[in-house]
Amino acid sequence: MSGLDSLYQQLILEHSKARSGGDLAKLPAAADAGRGDAGQAGTGQSHQLNPVCGDEITLRLSLGADGDGQTVTEIHWDGDGCAISMASASILSEMAPGMSPVSLRHTIDHFRELMRSRGKLEADEELLQDAAALAGVAKYPARVKCAMLAWVAAEDALRQAEASQGVSRPL
Amino acid sequence: MTMVSTPAWGDAQVSALDDDEVRRIRNDFPVLEQEINGKPLVYLDSGATSQNPRSVLEAEQEFYEQRNSAVHRGAHHLAVEATDAFEDARATVARFVGVQDDELIWTANATAGLNLLAYSLSNASVDRAAGGTGRFALKPGDEVLVTEMEHHANLIPWQELCRRTGATLKYIPIDDAGALRLEEAARLITARTRILAFTHTSNVLGNINPVDVLVRMAREVGALVVLDACQSAPHLPLDFKALDVDFAVFSGHKMLGPTGIGAVYGRSELLNAMPPFLTGGSMITTVTMEEARYLPAPQRFEAGTQPISQAVALAAAANYLSETGMHRIALREAELGQKLVTGLSAIDGVRVLGPGPGEERTGLAAFDVAGVHAHDVGQYLDNLGIAVRVGHHCAQPLHRRLGLSATTRASTYLYTTSEEVDMLVEAVAQVRPYFGVTAAGAAS
Repeated sequence: MSGLDSLYQQLILEHSKARSGGDLAKLPAAADAGRGDAGQAGTGQSHQLNPVCGDEITLRLSLGADGDGQTVTEIHWDGDGCAISMASASILSEMAPGMSPVSLRHTIDHFRELMRSRGKLEADEELLQDAAALAGVAKYPARVKCAMLAWVAAEDALRQAEASQGVSRPL
Repeated sequence: MTMVSTPAWGDAQVSALDDDEVRRIRNDFPVLEQEINGKPLVYLDSGATSQNPRSVLEAEQEFYEQRNSAVHRGAHHLAVEATDAFEDARATVARFVGVQDDELIWTANATAGLNLLAYSLSNASVDRAAGGTGRFALKPGDEVLVTEMEHHANLIPWQELCRRTGATLKYIPIDDAGALRLEEAARLITARTRILAFTHTSNVLGNINPVDVLVRMAREVGALVVLDACQSAPHLPLDFKALDVDFAVFSGHKMLGPTGIGAVYGRSELLNAMPPFLTGGSMITTVTMEEARYLPAPQRFEAGTQPISQAVALAAAANYLSETGMHRIALREAELGQKLVTGLSAIDGVRVLGPGPGEERTGLAAFDVAGVHAHDVGQYLDNLGIAVRVGHHCAQPLHRRLGLSATTRASTYLYTTSEEVDMLVEAVAQVRPYFGVTAAGAAS
């Protein structure tokens, strides 16, 4: 596979067009969600911008009770950007629902480490699932921020969602 | 031979650089000799930064090896030599843009130049001794006018100046094709207008703004005219006196020079009446513990140790351009600009911003590929060794006005071959198929 084809794998191109979860209106936010603090308990929202290229995403994440703990129930987003950033958001919103906050954070951490590795780390395919297809991005430092955009938004939205429930976590 | 009917740069009886000459010119640029991804580098990002010929690199090295010293101080031999080299460089670059030596101030780049002007006016506006009524003071009710196509460097310093002084920032809108709406300019330029700041040629649209028309309107109301010549100084023969602007700025690294150097032109009479921006060493006559008196321009605006070797190297760049011939370079780039806009516009789903085929355009073209983000276009091209700029090109308001968030820009220079433009056009034609985009925007 050429360098370019390993960056733009078929799965990524498909996700960049399908844009799973790219329907922000489906997950209502409170009226003051624009301030970043979604008022609806268990829902968090984050807006992230890559000033270099103008890639932009607004992502909402909701938490729901699951036995003793909580899981991510939904992720919806609205964004504008390159194939990498849009595919990354699409993949994340398919894989995150059902994860516990701890597990989502763990996955985000690994993804970030992978992206920053300049191609030196192997993707944990079991953990990253479809997102492992984004591993090729790590060899293109200028594109890492594109791939990270939705993940940074999800991390922030998760924090907001927990804060809205009165759960405080260290930053 | 040129496809441009009425070049804005006059009627000189010269021909465009031809392909053979361009091939010879390329030998002077070491960086162009390399391969990227196993393919020869096709450098189409000179609008962002240009490459340096050997004579520029050697001038800088020669200065450091033979004459390096502080300038305008010290009586030793090297100090004299360095001062001579520094001031000779100023004279060379001043002549390159048609102004007197003492009207050219060194700055770090065009952005620094625009900030110098804005901050000098800002200082004039808060001068308690002058009671805020000095000639250059801005106050509520005054207006600063820019255009909708400006680079952020010619927008934000004025936004900030207005915020600090209470003056109002207004802008001349563009039409859907990207041209300034001159009837709106005529309406907006009033007795309240104190400053009119606009770009000579847009870094995105590739158009050439009608400086004469705008200067005439500004003169009628006594407004000061600031010209952003960052994209014109490298590519068009320039004479700021003939253009009759009050101030102009440009950057060295876009005109074959090094980074870290640029210049501000200001009419002598204005520069010597304006308050300084940066103060400190090298710009004073007498200093007491209470106050200081300042040297006339240009030293008045050159506090601290200056970019000396960069000035020397920029002069070498100006000489290289002059010897090649700015008219010939401009004509060549006009041809390449036409080749770009014609070739790119013919591709299904590609929209070129700014002037259409056959209309006056510089040697660059920014374009949108329907269904493919500019970043992905740039990545595809990079894989083929083609370097272009992607993003908003520091012109977010312009992109927003045209309904886009990012575009791809190919920009040429005197070392760009016709084959390179062909390669770009052929590669762009493959972008939508590669990304599997066929529906939206497909005309057939």
